Amino acid sequence: MIANLQLSDSINPADAVIFEVETFVKSNKPANGEYRHMILDAPSHVLNCQPGQFFHLLCPTSERHQPFLRRPMSIYGFFPEKNELHFLYKIAGKGTAALSELGTGDHLNVVGPLGHGYSIRDDWRNLLLVARGVGLATMAPLAQEAQRLGRKLTAICSARSENVLMSVDHFRALGADVITVTDEQGTSSVENMRRIIEEHVAAGKVDTMYTCGSNRLLRLLQEIGAAHGIPGEIALEQQMACGIGMCHCCVRPFRRDGAIVHERVCREGPVFDMQEAMGW
Amino acid sequence: MVDLTTRLGTLTLKNPVMPASGTFSDDLAGVFDLGCLGAHVTKTVTREIRGGNPTPRVCEVRGSMLNSIGIPSKGIDHFITEVIPFYQRYETPLVVSISAHSGDDFARICEEISVPGVAAIEVNISCPNIEEDGKAFAMRPSSTRMVMEKVRGASDLPLWAKLTPNTGETTEVAIAAQEAGADALVVSNTLLSMAIDIHTRKPKLGSLMGGLSGPSLKPIALRMVYQCAKSVNIPVIGCGGISNVEDAIEFLIAGASAVQVGTATFINPLIMPTMIRDLEAYLIKHGISSVSELVGSVDDAAALDGVVFMEAAP
Ligand SMILES: Cc1cc2nc3c(=O)[nH]c(=O)nc-3n(C[C@H](O)[C@H](O)[C@H](O)COP(=O)(O)OP(=O)(O)OC[C@H]3O[C@@H](n4cnc5c(N)ncnc54)[C@H](O)[C@@H]3O)c2cc1C
Ligand SMILES: Cc1cc2nc3c(=O)[nH]c(=O)nc-3n(C[C@H](O)[C@H](O)[C@H](O)COP(=O)(O)O)c2cc1C
Ligand code: FES
Repeated sequence: MIANLQLSDSINPADAVIFEVETFVKSNKPANGEYRHMILDAPSHVLNCQPGQFFHLLCPTSERHQPFLRRPMSIYGFFPEKNELHFLYKIAGKGTAALSELGTGDHLNVVGPLGHGYSIRDDWRNLLLVARGVGLATMAPLAQEAQRLGRKLTAICSARSENVLMSVDHFRALGADVITVTDEQGTSSVENMRRIIEEHVAAGKVDTMYTCGSNRLLRLLQEIGAAHGIPGEIALEQQMACGIGMCHCCVRPFRRDGAIVHERVCREGPVFDMQEAMGW
Repeated sequence: MVDLTTRLGTLTLKNPVMPASGTFSDDLAGVFDLGCLGAHVTKTVTREIRGGNPTPRVCEVRGSMLNSIGIPSKGIDHFITEVIPFYQRYETPLVVSISAHSGDDFARICEEISVPGVAAIEVNISCPNIEEDGKAFAMRPSSTRMVMEKVRGASDLPLWAKLTPNTGETTEVAIAAQEAGADALVVSNTLLSMAIDIHTRKPKLGSLMGGLSGPSLKPIALRMVYQCAKSVNIPVIGCGGISNVEDAIEFLIAGASAVQVGTATFINPLIMPTMIRDLEAYLIKHGISSVSELVGSVDDAAALDGVVFMEAAP
């Protein structure tokens, strides 16, 4: 496997933008009941990432789990200076179960960085981020970039209960104003979220909106965006095979210029224009 | 120095490793220098603009995958103005895969796609023949012959017929393609398959059934390559489940003059350049001076013809 690492390095040319490399697990621990936080030791040249991009992971096979295709995973953090690549994931099936069995020092082959991430236009000073559950993971690097660019960030995080609210402290540490809503407290209803967002819009605190994952949130933000002319972006998921744009299995429909177009989540996405996105 | 070149009729490739149609695009240039490949093979294109199949278009089965991508196509004009020019930066021969639903439509696209920059045409006859009963052209010798004669009359470029494993007449189809003027055979496309989610009881693919590719397909494709190589004189290009250099060598020994790599690139995007390097190392290590020494070198002297060509398990 070490030989494989050297091989990859010699075959990846200087002008490659997508890399296949062996990484090593630094830690892989539960973040809370449902989610796990994995930190990989990755060469810094593969960590030239944009917020919203993802990696395609070759999950290990064991007696119990034999995943075949790679699994896409959003970048939860990337730190070239420390050679660190972070993921936050939930065990959904055999691939993620196999990932959860990796221990410190084990290797993991990753391909990336992949896809088209979030944009932060110069005139977007006040950013609103709305996410549910692990969806927030895709948005942590966005919060970090917003901080770097000196933008004001408000994050509304929705989850089942307070104890599965992810990354709230992380977002607060990045200077975000974090509002949490939960099913348990009955605060995560669409009506309540609409009220909170409309208040922020009225106060001039929303130049753009970002979200991911939830159909309900997409509808809500599309309505608010259309009513007030506020642009937005959404990160979407789809089953993938190649992850780099070759197979066309990951397409989703989008509304554009009165027609329906199909775009690849792995290539044109995973981040798309919010108004063009279609519910599912 | 060992000789990695391989001859496919009038075309000479610098090495025998090329991508399989539908599993390759210019996007892979972000990963490695595509100039290292023996040839470039594009996703099947149709004359008309077509959408693809419903999602999910892919699912995995143990150790392999099913796909029902279909042939979404931006049409031939887009292909000629946008896709072909990209590949002109390479000296690597460009092979264009085409499809159509009737012999005449095949002839039309074949003629229109025979433009400068295209080195060969791969005729994907694994698609349904809608003028008859919807079965793939390559399932029968008669429809294979019909399409290949039409395309032969429409282009002077080398024509490769891509066969399907969904036939019980492998050698008859191979011979029909050769007699109709094919310059090479690509063996083969995916095998019609199905998977069901036992919890929802729904088929795992949006269009019910799809094509099996990856390691599970390999022994089937290898058997077909062997049978085809035994029954025709034109070169055979092996395709199906080839995932490492050992697989590639096995196909060469079975009679393939070159190999196509599909699904394996999804798992390891660097697999094709890796395979080329490992093939060279293999030849050096075993004192074999050229790829052509491997081609068709299977030790089957004891086998009877009846066994070689049979379409039933012994
Ligand atoms: C761009 C992108 C980013 C993602 N980021 C994260 C993340 O940061 N954290 C996280 O926990 N999950 C993330 N996911 C979802 C994650 O990829 C799936 O949970 C995972 O593939 C499930 O694999 P499995 O083998 O554990 O489950 P299984 O159910 O056994 O998977 C079976 C098949 O379905 C596919 N699949 C299942 N769920 C999804 C899904 N939601 N999206 C795409 N394919 C799926 C798998 O790839 C596999 O081919 C992301 C998905 C995409 C497309
Ligand atoms: C996602 C996908 C798309 C494909 N599209 C095409 C296609 O457009 N035309 C074609 O002739 N074969 C197509 N194929 C078949 C491959 O070219 C190849 O014949 C098959 O996958 C077997 O090789 P493999 O096991 O190495 O993948 C496709 C295969 C896959 C997996
Ligand atoms: S996963 Fe292959 S094109 Fe997106």
